[in-house]
Amino acid sequence: MIIVFAVFLLTLLVITAVAVVRTENLFVAVMLMAIFSLLMAANFFILDAADVALTEAAVGAGVTTVIFLGALALTAEKERSRLTGRGLALGVVAVTVLVLIYATFDKPRLGDPEAPVHQHVAPWYLEQTPELIGIPNVVTAVLASYRGYDTLGEVFVVFAACIGVLFLLGAPPPKRTTPRPAATSGLRHHLVPQVVGRLLVPFIVLFGLYVQFHGEYGPGGGFQAGAIIATGLILHALLEGEKASIRAIPRGALFGMVVGGALLYGFVGVLGMLLGGNFLDYSVLHSDPVKGQQYGIIAIEAGVGIAVCGALMSIFHAFAARD
Amino acid sequence: MNLTEQLVALQIVVPLLSAPVVALLRPRWLAWAATTAASATAFAIAIAIALGVREGRAFGYQMGSWPAPYGIELAVDPFSAVLLLIITGASTFALLGGRLSVDTQIEQQRQPLFYAAWLLGLAGLAGIAASADAFNIFVFMEISSLASYVLIAGGPDRRALPSVFKYLIMGTVGATFYLIGVGLIYMMTGTLNLADMELRIHEVGDQSPILVAAGFITVGLALKAAVFPLHAWLPNAYTYAPHAVTVFLAACATKVALYILLRFDFVVFQQNLIGHDVKFSYFLMPLAVLAILVASGMAAFERNLKRLLAYSSVAQIGYIMLGASLVNHAGLTASIVHIFNHSLAKGTLFLAVACLAMRLDSLRLDGIAGAARNMPWTMAAFVVGGLSLIGIPGTAGFISKWYLIAAVLGEGPLGFLLVAAIVISSLLAVVYVWRVVETAYFQSPPDGAVPAREAPPEMLILTWTAALLNVYFGFASDLPLSLSSAASALLMGHLP
Repeated sequence: MIIVFAVFLLTLLVITAVAVVRTENLFVAVMLMAIFSLLMAANFFILDAADVALTEAAVGAGVTTVIFLGALALTAEKERSRLTGRGLALGVVAVTVLVLIYATFDKPRLGDPEAPVHQHVAPWYLEQTPELIGIPNVVTAVLASYRGYDTLGEVFVVFAACIGVLFLLGAPPPKRTTPRPAATSGLRHHLVPQVVGRLLVPFIVLFGLYVQFHGEYGPGGGFQAGAIIATGLILHALLEGEKASIRAIPRGALFGMVVGGALLYGFVGVLGMLLGGNFLDYSVLHSDPVKGQQYGIIAIEAGVGIAVCGALMSIFHAFAARD
Repeated sequence: MNLTEQLVALQIVVPLLSAPVVALLRPRWLAWAATTAASATAFAIAIAIALGVREGRAFGYQMGSWPAPYGIELAVDPFSAVLLLIITGASTFALLGGRLSVDTQIEQQRQPLFYAAWLLGLAGLAGIAASADAFNIFVFMEISSLASYVLIAGGPDRRALPSVFKYLIMGTVGATFYLIGVGLIYMMTGTLNLADMELRIHEVGDQSPILVAAGFITVGLALKAAVFPLHAWLPNAYTYAPHAVTVFLAACATKVALYILLRFDFVVFQQNLIGHDVKFSYFLMPLAVLAILVASGMAAFERNLKRLLAYSSVAQIGYIMLGASLVNHAGLTASIVHIFNHSLAKGTLFLAVACLAMRLDSLRLDGIAGAARNMPWTMAAFVVGGLSLIGIPGTAGFISKWYLIAAVLGEGPLGFLLVAAIVISSLLAVVYVWRVVETAYFQSPPDGAVPAREAPPEMLILTWTAALLNVYFGFASDLPLSLSSAASALLMGHLP
């Protein structure tokens, strides 16, 4: 049964990808990209990767779509000219695809319990986690503790993206010759979206908080929660207008969240060093190593959530508020 | 906490965690000072590690105290020690010498973000060099790549934006190819730790996913390292970047990609894939020779000073690849020494360019005509860097050329052809360096130009320190040579 679903979803994925490449209308392309992400999330989900699916749905289908639209509002809706050298590009893509297909010839069957990935480190994680860390969601244990250094790196990737956008869009814009149409104040004049949206915002934020604090027990964690809360706040900004949103949470505070979240994560790592362990060793945070691990994970997940939420909101405002 | 045990972690943690702090610092000189302090600390740590490694001490580190392969491991051997020296050294020199240049090129209020991106770039590159985990390398590649896109796009010339966009697309393709390769290897071995991978890949070495992975990783990293003919992104990115950024990135960024390429190849693939050493030579040697000849030729005809030096970098990457493609101890040693020496030479040259840019409007050759009259010290430093680039005895560049030629001659009849390529390219280097020198020393300044003053003393001091290092390592080449030789022995030790 799962094969039927997978083939169906993958077929749709290919169709969407081709449509994105073929369309000349960028607005359509952005919408199709959102659909692509949603299909991808569904794919991850039927492969039992619920954590990844949640991230993909919140970031790929949610926040990036809004940011793309914000960027589109600064440029034009139509692709201006066809790129040259399509033949070469198609050739490179075709070769890459053929080589990748060749790579699947000797690959283990999907879900094969004898596959190398299920034989080496994975069993150790599954066996040791209840004893060493004591949380049910092993994915969170891997991300936050065993490979916590990678996750720290990912938080700094988000941070780099955020300062990159702020740095580039912070440049003094070239002098504009034609005045732009007056900025609209959100969807204030559209009654139905406003009423429905206002109802939704608190629930989205609440769900985000649930995902944040439930990450040790079920799918979720800082990345997903940060993205979901940012989606809620962006919805608020879309409904009430840019100004109201910035008045509620000023940009300085958002940037402070990015910096603070990243530093919180780093600080937990350094604390491990100061207390006699290695960097990011949480077990020294408490006399009971298992408790220490749990404290550490909760703290760094909070750092991740705060940083991701702040970064996504900062990037959104950088695009949306640029005249 | 025991400081020596934590050195490897601090090497990355210090610049990484300084970045968010710097982003908040006002006024701008404070942001610069904090960045320089973090970079100088990292440089000091790198020196301490390099000295320790030379005495044969091993620097390993288990992040979060989890044993490999379950957790992430850092490991510094002589090869990574060379890279760490270059990365942190280049960053520190560029920051100390580039403060005034950054002031003229980047608006005050944007400087804290710029310096934060700088530290992320530094931490990312150092993180790659110190890591012993294939996926962790990817994470830090992302950090360093994003940061370098931001840094390059900071240039005041609007043409920086299209060139950085091209770099972004190429860089992302390269990183994605690397990730696909690592994913395929993980599928077949279930591990991400490089040392563990070396053991576990052996029994599946002839299966299609591993072969494809080797291809993807090699091509992806070659793209990031600007190995000819995948270098198209490099000349414009270097040309339009802020001058201080060019000093930093030209000295170390592509070399870090080369470093992972060599490390992955020698540690994981060479002994486990049948006939891999031969294929490695067949593919890379012709590309290396082409890079040496074609890019040197392009440089000889280029009229923009920064792009001229950028093409020369593509040629120098060719030298490094040529040494590695011999797949023997002498060749690899030459390769790694050249990584070190070329950083010195190119760093000096771009520092001199930053000095010139302080006083001149245009960096095209006709723009620098007669510059030596008004800026004698700057141009003299440029000449020293240029001599090192050509490989004149008494400079660092000579050492690596000498070792490379000696290594190549060991190859028999083919060796003579390769030597011919190296000699022709060195002559081309004489041509392009001479064109700059001739224009600056013997041509008269354009009519009506305001006579330029000598560059600010603080920039000159740094430029000259770098220039003198070229001379110093031309005579006292013991440190880079011993490290490179040890690194090469280590890499060759993985061969059957």
